[in-house]
Amino acid sequence: MAAEKAKALLNWIDERFPLSSFWNEHLAKYYAPKNFNFLYFFGSLALLVLVNQIVTGIFLAMNYKPDATLAFDSVEYIMRDVPWGWLIRYLHSTGASAFFIVIYLHMFRALFYGSFKKPRELVWLFGMVIFILLMAEAFMGYLLPWGQMSYWGAQVIISLFGAIPVFGEDLAVWIRGDYVVADATLNRFFALHVAAIPLAILALVLLHLTALHTVGSNNPDGIEIKKNKDENGIPKDGIPFHPYYTVKDLFGMAVFVVVFALILFYMPELGGYFLEHPNFEPADPMKTPEHIAPVWYFTPFYSILRAVPDKLGGVMAMGGAILLLFFLPWLDRCEVKSIRYRGDLFKIALALFIVSFIGLGVLGTLPVTTTRTILARTFSLIYFGFFLLMPGYSRMEKTRPVPERLTEALIPLEKRDGRHWQWVRDSVAWVTATHVYQHGRAQILVLIEKIKTTCCKSPS
Amino acid sequence: MKALLGLVIFALSVCAQAAVSIKPLDKVDVDVFDFQSVQRGAGYFVNYCMGCHSIKHLRYSRLGQDLRLKEEDIQKGLMVAGAKIQDSLLTAMEKEDAEKWFGVPPPDLSLIARSRGADWLYSYLKGFYADPSRAIGANNIVYADVAMPNVFWELQGLQKPVFKKQDGGEVIERLQLVERGKLSPEEFDRAMTDLVTFLVYAAEPTQYQRLRVGKYVLFGLIVLAVLFYRLKKAYWQDIA
Repeated sequence: MAAEKAKALLNWIDERFPLSSFWNEHLAKYYAPKNFNFLYFFGSLALLVLVNQIVTGIFLAMNYKPDATLAFDSVEYIMRDVPWGWLIRYLHSTGASAFFIVIYLHMFRALFYGSFKKPRELVWLFGMVIFILLMAEAFMGYLLPWGQMSYWGAQVIISLFGAIPVFGEDLAVWIRGDYVVADATLNRFFALHVAAIPLAILALVLLHLTALHTVGSNNPDGIEIKKNKDENGIPKDGIPFHPYYTVKDLFGMAVFVVVFALILFYMPELGGYFLEHPNFEPADPMKTPEHIAPVWYFTPFYSILRAVPDKLGGVMAMGGAILLLFFLPWLDRCEVKSIRYRGDLFKIALALFIVSFIGLGVLGTLPVTTTRTILARTFSLIYFGFFLLMPGYSRMEKTRPVPERLTEALIPLEKRDGRHWQWVRDSVAWVTATHVYQHGRAQILVLIEKIKTTCCKSPS
Repeated sequence: MKALLGLVIFALSVCAQAAVSIKPLDKVDVDVFDFQSVQRGAGYFVNYCMGCHSIKHLRYSRLGQDLRLKEEDIQKGLMVAGAKIQDSLLTAMEKEDAEKWFGVPPPDLSLIARSRGADWLYSYLKGFYADPSRAIGANNIVYADVAMPNVFWELQGLQKPVFKKQDGGEVIERLQLVERGKLSPEEFDRAMTDLVTFLVYAAEPTQYQRLRVGKYVLFGLIVLAVLFYRLKKAYWQDIA
């Protein structure tokens, strides 16, 4: 009876709105490759963090005052007097950093398995626009607490626009609405941070997902599963996103939230990286901090900016570093997508790129010294070299044959070839042979057995 | 770049005037759950600091609630005359006067523990030494030429710097007690630990709630993760 009524209701809706077809197209009959590994969690995690930022942001906006004389105090009011205000604020501040961790890993996954390549160029481009918007969103949000680092960080970054010839200074004044960062700046950044940019991000997430669901998801093998369909037109290596990946992503989200909560409850400042120490001092336009550094997620690009001796050159290099990412689908000329079947040249280039990117990030948090400048310049050259030389080295690569059908989500250690994997195998064998390992393993097995017999026993 | 270089040179020249110290920061063991320590620290704050410094974002009522004190105990022990229980810990000193007397208004200490850190505060409070060249008669090894006088000299006694030659100049290696105060060095260390503990508490009173709630939330989330893992396993058992 109830089931019939539910069906009737669904029919009633379907005649007026494509609910069932939407559900099928994007979840129940959206076929995803069955060998996603853990790098594929970060898309759904980005969505989770986005929802977290929007929900906590709404509650913060209820108590926050975008006014240069009240902003700092209103944040402390949220932290102390608003019931659970501290939780909402830490969810938002930890969420901001978590967003970038998740997005960087999401982008790294694309590099790793060639997810930006034909036919997914638009998925990549929409994603890149989201990345730019996210940086703008984070930058503007960072001004709102109106602490010393908020203020001076914004002052430094906006003044960069002044380096543009002819109209640069006017542009900087136009952005600030004043000759220095002031109340007008705070007010407009608030408006952009809570309304304009989040709306744009949501719209682009929609485009990103629509483009993805049109071409289908890539996978760790970089094989198009749509090329191998059964008699019903269903990809042989595909499984419906719902329920398989919904339950899997739920698990991924739970693990993510455990780590997130650990930071939120026990180290919300994360040693000054998620919440910077100088930001606990109210903004003082008369007192410049000794060392101005942006929040960690901007530091790779900030390092590139500082590595160039000329201000305009630095701004162009920083802009170029971000802009180059847009051209990735056309810079990479290799036919093979996944790193599993690509040549050593790309593997070495990617490894150097990752080291440089992290290196630039670390350097950006530290004050400048001669050695560090040399390092930053080297890393910047590698960063640009990775992209600019790509049309060359990606064509010369000696790739390996790509299989017809999907393989494992993670290639087992025994199957990996190359001398370095032999070293890993040898060290694993050595560790597992030690007494400490075997003793510890036995202890854990006993513990698991105990939990099973005491907790999970059904009363009989 | 030139401006940056100029700034560095300027900063170096400023540093060169004051005696540079090579003493690393002292480590302080802060336990905000030691309510008595926080309470003693609050006492030191009211008696020695509140003449000049405020804690704008901490109310007496909040302090009482968090430390589980009775209202009359706070009124008797901590509150200044004329203050109401819902008031913040504000100084009676006018900002204009402070600027006239010290050159800078004494900073609000609501968040000082979060911006400077507990170790820094502890080392700073213990780092005053006699310096007859300055109008206030004292200097600090952590914060050279600070405007604040040594308000704890009565408790701590007087310290003198011990110099060491380094790179052609003299640097302060450590401080030496030359005149004993009311408290022994150990007692004074304990008093400053209490004060720092109080300031760490005052910088984030909600940390009690945060730290108490945290373990339950984490436990719940771990259980949830295990359940989702089993759910995933159950759904995926037929996927080859």
